[in-house]
This record gives sequence, structure tokens and C-alpha cells, in this order.
Amino acid sequence: MDAKEQSLVHPWKDEIFQIFKTGGIQQVAYVPDAGHAQVIKQVHADKDMVGIPVTTEEEGVACVCGAWLGGQKSVLLMQSSGVGNCVNMFSLIKNCNFPFLTLVTMRGEWAEFNQWQTPMGRATQTSFEMMGINVLRADRPETVADVVSAGLDAAFLGGDAVAILLSQSLIGRKKWDVK
Amino acid sequence: MNIVRTQQGSIDRREFVKELITACPDALIVSGLGSPSYDVYAAGDRDENFYLWGAMGGAAAMALGLAIAQPNKPVLVITGDGEQLMGMGSLASIGAQKPKNLTLVILDNGHYAETGMQMSHTSLGTDLVGIAKACNLDWAQTVTDSADVKMIAQHVNAKNGVGLANVLIQAHEYPKALPARDGVYIKNRFRATLGLEPF
Repeated sequence: MDAKEQSLVHPWKDEIFQIFKTGGIQQVAYVPDAGHAQVIKQVHADKDMVGIPVTTEEEGVACVCGAWLGGQKSVLLMQSSGVGNCVNMFSLIKNCNFPFLTLVTMRGEWAEFNQWQTPMGRATQTSFEMMGINVLRADRPETVADVVSAGLDAAFLGGDAVAILLSQSLIGRKKWDVK
Repeated sequence: MNIVRTQQGSIDRREFVKELITACPDALIVSGLGSPSYDVYAAGDRDENFYLWGAMGGAAAMALGLAIAQPNKPVLVITGDGEQLMGMGSLASIGAQKPKNLTLVILDNGHYAETGMQMSHTSLGTDLVGIAKACNLDWAQTVTDSADVKMIAQHVNAKNGVGLANVLIQAHEYPKALPARDGVYIKNRFRATLGLEPF
């Protein structure tokens, strides 16, 4: 683990993986993000989970629905910029009442250096809500485990569609090493 | 515009799909919206069919999650060229996983039949078989002879590699055969055949 990776290690990320593990998650579809990197690494190292990199986020929406159709629990990890890509695919969840859980690392809301992230970051919650997906948010490290656990239960026990937004302030400022 | 393919396929889509499904009785089928869903339904309604009526571009990705969840069952996607073109990235994701029990059958007429027969990109230079090969699928083949349905069925039933057949069909529009549009009903009866509770 190099110094840069070390700086991104947070205990709440291990807690997310443990909640997936005890919650019986078997497939994890993702478009990578630095904020999800630790969980993605743990998923690929776990023999009972399949990590599924997808080329665009709406593929992930279809993929996790397919997993449920076949009897497995699956979550989707993405960054806020990918949420807009999913909008029409969310109709699959709505029409079929698929249980759905996605964890979204936020950009464009906290000390954002790259303003290209801001329009979609600002529209993320609305995009989910307009398609009937319930939004929960974790802003502080000590609340992450509770919020993720509540979302997982709502999805896979209660059949709800849930998006959990992980605040940009949790992840910290991105380091821009300008040469 | 670069019109590459003026020759139409000669395979009858309804006959081909019916023969394919008859030869793959255990297959879990995901059908892409529009004519492929009508073809699959016209071949005879089955609980193991998941008919998409929307979610364009999602058939292959949905089948990927299903194939990983059900590794002992053959999983078959039956979709159109337009639907697959919208989900082209999912071929890369499928190539990255290589589930041995997944087969994609593209009914390629080079046109969007549902919206008035506008040309699709497979008429304009895109080669879906070439893309599938480049995405590292185990096999990918253009099918111009309806007798090759047996070859595809063997691949489906053998569950020994992920592949794609691009079937060149006539650009002929059949009367629509409409499966149920209630997604919850389709989902629950599909899950019931796998011994899963409705949910």
C-alpha cells in the first residue's frame, strides 16, 4: 500500500464491507471511485463475492436486478456523476419492484476543485427521487455503518429501492498534485 | 451516411426463435424490448422468460447478473441489434466475467423495426461479432443459415463458454405478439421456477 492509498483508508469503509458480508451480498457491481476503492479491493479478495466492473452505471442497475432475479443479493457502487446515466434504467426497478441498494460517493458538494463534477453532484438526490428511489445520506464517519445497514435491510427485507449518499466531506479533499 | 450493408438477412425470426427455444428447454431467457420480446412470447409463454418492455440496453447486463447467480442453468439473451447497440459496453463487462452459462443471440435486421425501420448501426458499418470477439467472449459468430440454430442450442445447453450469435434475419415485421407487461408478475413467476419466494 503506497502513501496515497494509505491516506484514503478509513475504518467506515471496512464497516461497509462487513455489512455487505453479514447481509449476504454476493455480487458487487461498480464503476470505480477512490471512495469505494477499499471496499472494491475487499470484494475481489472475498471468495464468496463476485466483483463486477461495469463500463457505465446503468449496466450496473440491470446487472443487480438480474442477480436478484436469480436469487442473489447484489449492490451497485458508483460516484454521483454516474447517477444521471442510470435514469431510464431505474424504470426496471420501478416496474418490477426490484429490491435495490446503491452506495454513491458524492462529488461537487464539499471543497470541490473540479466544477465539472458540480452539476450532477447537485442533481444526484433529485435524480433518484424523481425515479422513486429513497435517498439516505451519511455525513459523518460514525453514522456510516448505521445508515448502510438500515439501507440494506430496507432493500432486502423490505423490498425498497434505496440510494445511500456518502458525503464528500467523509472522503476528504482530493489531492491535486499539480506539476 | 455510410451505408455498408444493403443485403438483408434471409432467416425468418419467428421460426428461428421458436426452434431455438424448443431446443433449449432449460434456458432462462431474457428478451430485449420490442420485436425480440414478441418473438419469444410467440414461441410459447414460459415461466422462465423475462420479457423486457423497456430498460433499453439492459438485456445483456441483466443476464450477466442472472448467469452469475444461477451458474448451473443456461442463460440466454434474445435481443435485437438496436437494443444490443445501446448496451455495447455490457459486452466488455461480460467478457471480463466470462460466465460459461451465458449466450447472447442478436436478431439483426439492421433496423429499428419498432419505430419505423430506420437503419441501425449494423447497417452502417458496425460488426457486433467483431466487437464480441474483441471483448474476449469465448465464441462469436454470424449466422446466415437457419440450420445453425442447432449449433447455437448446443452452445447454450453445454454451458461451456460465453458467446454471441449475430443472426441475420429478414427485415420483416410480424403482427405483434404481446407478453404480459406487469413486471412484478413476470419477476415473481420467474423466481418461483427457481424455487425463490415472490419478492
